[in-house]
Amino acid sequence: MILRATMVSPNTELAFDSKIEGDVVVSRLDAVINWIRTNSMWPMPMGLACCAIELMAVAAARFDIARFGAEVMRFSPRQSDCMIVSGTVTYKMAPQVRRLYDQMPAPKWVIAMGACASTGGMYRSYAVLQGVDRILPVDVYVSGCPPRPEALLDALIKLQEKIRREPAAKRLFRA
Amino acid sequence: MTATADVATALREKFPQVTGRESLDWPACNVPSGQALAVLQFLRDEAAFDLLADLTAIDSGVGTAPRFTVVWHLLSTTRHTYVRVAATCADDAKPAMPSASGLWPGANWHEREAYDMFGIEFTGHPDLRRILMWDGYPYFPLRKDFPLAGLDTALADAEVAAETGAGVKPAPYMGGPFVAAPGGPLDEAEPRARDESWTEQQEKPNDA
Amino acid sequence: MAHDYNFPDSAARTATAAAGEFLPEKMSINMGPSHPSTHGVLRLQMELDGEVVTRADPVVGYLHRGDEKIAENMTYNQFVPYTDRLDYLAPLANNVAYALAVERLAKLEVPPRCQAIRVIIAELARISSHLMGLGAFGIDVGAWTVFLYTFTEREKLYRLFEELTGARFTTSYTRIGGVARDVPDGWLDRVNAFCDQFLPILEETLALLTRNKIFQDRTAGIGVIAKEDAIAYGLTGPNLRASGVPLDLRKDQPYCGYEQYEFDVPVGSKGDCYDRYLCRGEEMRQSVRIVRQAISHFPGGDWYARDARRIFAPPKDKILTSMEELIQNFMLVTEGPQMPAGEVYFEAENPKGALGFYVVSKGGGVPWRLKIRSPSFCNLSILPRVCVGAMVADIVSILGSFDFVMGECDR
Repeated sequence: MILRATMVSPNTELAFDSKIEGDVVVSRLDAVINWIRTNSMWPMPMGLACCAIELMAVAAARFDIARFGAEVMRFSPRQSDCMIVSGTVTYKMAPQVRRLYDQMPAPKWVIAMGACASTGGMYRSYAVLQGVDRILPVDVYVSGCPPRPEALLDALIKLQEKIRREPAAKRLFRA
Repeated sequence: MTATADVATALREKFPQVTGRESLDWPACNVPSGQALAVLQFLRDEAAFDLLADLTAIDSGVGTAPRFTVVWHLLSTTRHTYVRVAATCADDAKPAMPSASGLWPGANWHEREAYDMFGIEFTGHPDLRRILMWDGYPYFPLRKDFPLAGLDTALADAEVAAETGAGVKPAPYMGGPFVAAPGGPLDEAEPRARDESWTEQQEKPNDA
Repeated sequence: MAHDYNFPDSAARTATAAAGEFLPEKMSINMGPSHPSTHGVLRLQMELDGEVVTRADPVVGYLHRGDEKIAENMTYNQFVPYTDRLDYLAPLANNVAYALAVERLAKLEVPPRCQAIRVIIAELARISSHLMGLGAFGIDVGAWTVFLYTFTEREKLYRLFEELTGARFTTSYTRIGGVARDVPDGWLDRVNAFCDQFLPILEETLALLTRNKIFQDRTAGIGVIAKEDAIAYGLTGPNLRASGVPLDLRKDQPYCGYEQYEFDVPVGSKGDCYDRYLCRGEEMRQSVRIVRQAISHFPGGDWYARDARRIFAPPKDKILTSMEELIQNFMLVTEGPQMPAGEVYFEAENPKGALGFYVVSKGGGVPWRLKIRSPSFCNLSILPRVCVGAMVADIVSILGSFDFVMGECDR
């Protein structure tokens, strides 16, 4: 994974603490805001079914999600950035998922983890919502039943790359 | 197993209308629905079948008579055997059965589930409402005339339905679940499309 | 009709009250369905008098996926992945219970090697599930470390499962008439190695909680379930045994060769949260004992019922070369394992309790009705009774000690 140097110009003479720039770091506002957002993405785990166990495994010691700054699993939507819908969304649960999504403050993103959240999975029945994207805007879909923890981390990384490309400064003071 | 034979004979003596039921494992009996509670109480008190393991219902298919059968499975924690008691509901249009929640409080939830899935009313139940589907759901899903994909209805929460434009839609089963039918001769039982209402040539139903 | 939670207009009542009169009110509070301590999507509507719960009404069904209706449209082998996702903390145990139940329809006895494999995986699944239950219980009452320790052990189990079945959990390993594949070379040695290193770590993890004063304060004497209540509500598994009823289907209705193994069954005395915790801890030790015995007496032979031609698929190399096996496989895949007409009810001792399958067959490869008797459903039905009189913080202890899983409860 190549880290794009968005904050420091390639000219080392203009580097931090150099004779020319001194203690000033020059960067684009977008880059700074997106850097803050990607590296402290607090997930709201909408842990519904089996994928929630893999989500817990991602939070546990072996597949540490804390490396990505996302170990703060806030169950309160008001304090979270990213909703990870992990598990089957039934029609009975769908209004609560949407309600919790609405309660999250902007900016917010959604990861649909697993087959059930993406498309309804193997449960093509009367009670299962065929994909959480019918009620929420989803940013990243993760396939798998359940996806391996590495797949979820890959999804988080993809989400981070997506956020890095966002024009954050334009919409900073809007929803 | 002498214990079970004793139970069967004692049951037959006390309740002459009870008939045997075909079963591959545990002793089973068919009882008339009016006597179901009395039989269950006898089994619980006299024959030490103290744990209600399961309470469920079977739909024999549209057009069969009787259509709905309620089945109780009792376990004896001391003798470690099971017994199966089955009773058919008298009315097919509005099936009803006396509630066993007076005998076992645990039957409460099982009966709510049977009501939710089949529409069987349990008379004497303290709080008969849906348990697995939401309260306003208009259908009984496990009936044989209800399709697996489900039927159109509104979401439980009107506010969310209005905001998202989503509703409860039938799951996309292009042609229906391709699975063999249970029982019957092989040429009729082979897997074929159950729902021919739409295919690749015909239009897909409109889904949100 | 649902219980009517009315919110009286406080301002109006205060206006009509006499000066200085205190108007006590009950508070209605909703816990879940999205809540860290509800172990999935359980919703508890409670009515509180101050801090004490006076009424509790659990609402389940937020994970009802229609498994039983799906079963009526799937062949017996096609339904195995759905059984994984019932109790998704111990999928192998559900697979084994389902395969045994359907095999009873045909009165099919699988060979001893297959039985030994099934016992080993069921007990490993029991360890996995209890570890998860312990970890979740710990984290709910505030012990983060326990969660991390138990999850590390579970990762080791996942590695073993992955080597055997191909998936970490959601294994779909059993088939009607046998298992999907034989144990790989050296797998049994690795299981033994796991057991050897697991016991000291288990002791260490349990030592974090067992004599911990805070944990004991939060769990001893909380959520007491009397013996009669436990039986009346249909509780099974460690919840029932903690209340003093010595019912364990592995001993009382042995299946799958359990009668050959020596193990003890922990039975509690008080039926409180602490007893349930202790029962689960001890069961893990006994499971390791069973696994070690099964490995040391591991039989050779077939890992599937070779004679059951209309039930278990022939080996792959024969299918592609021999006409009869090709046709047999074709019939099995399209029509499903052919079962005779009849009905059976089989309960297995799963980690959560007694998982029962009531299979009604009219012949053919698809069941007419499959009822899944879920232990968590029955365990949760006692909540309205056991939560009354407890404080709000105790509710979390009670839920954690019940160790239920909503995938199983709602199916």
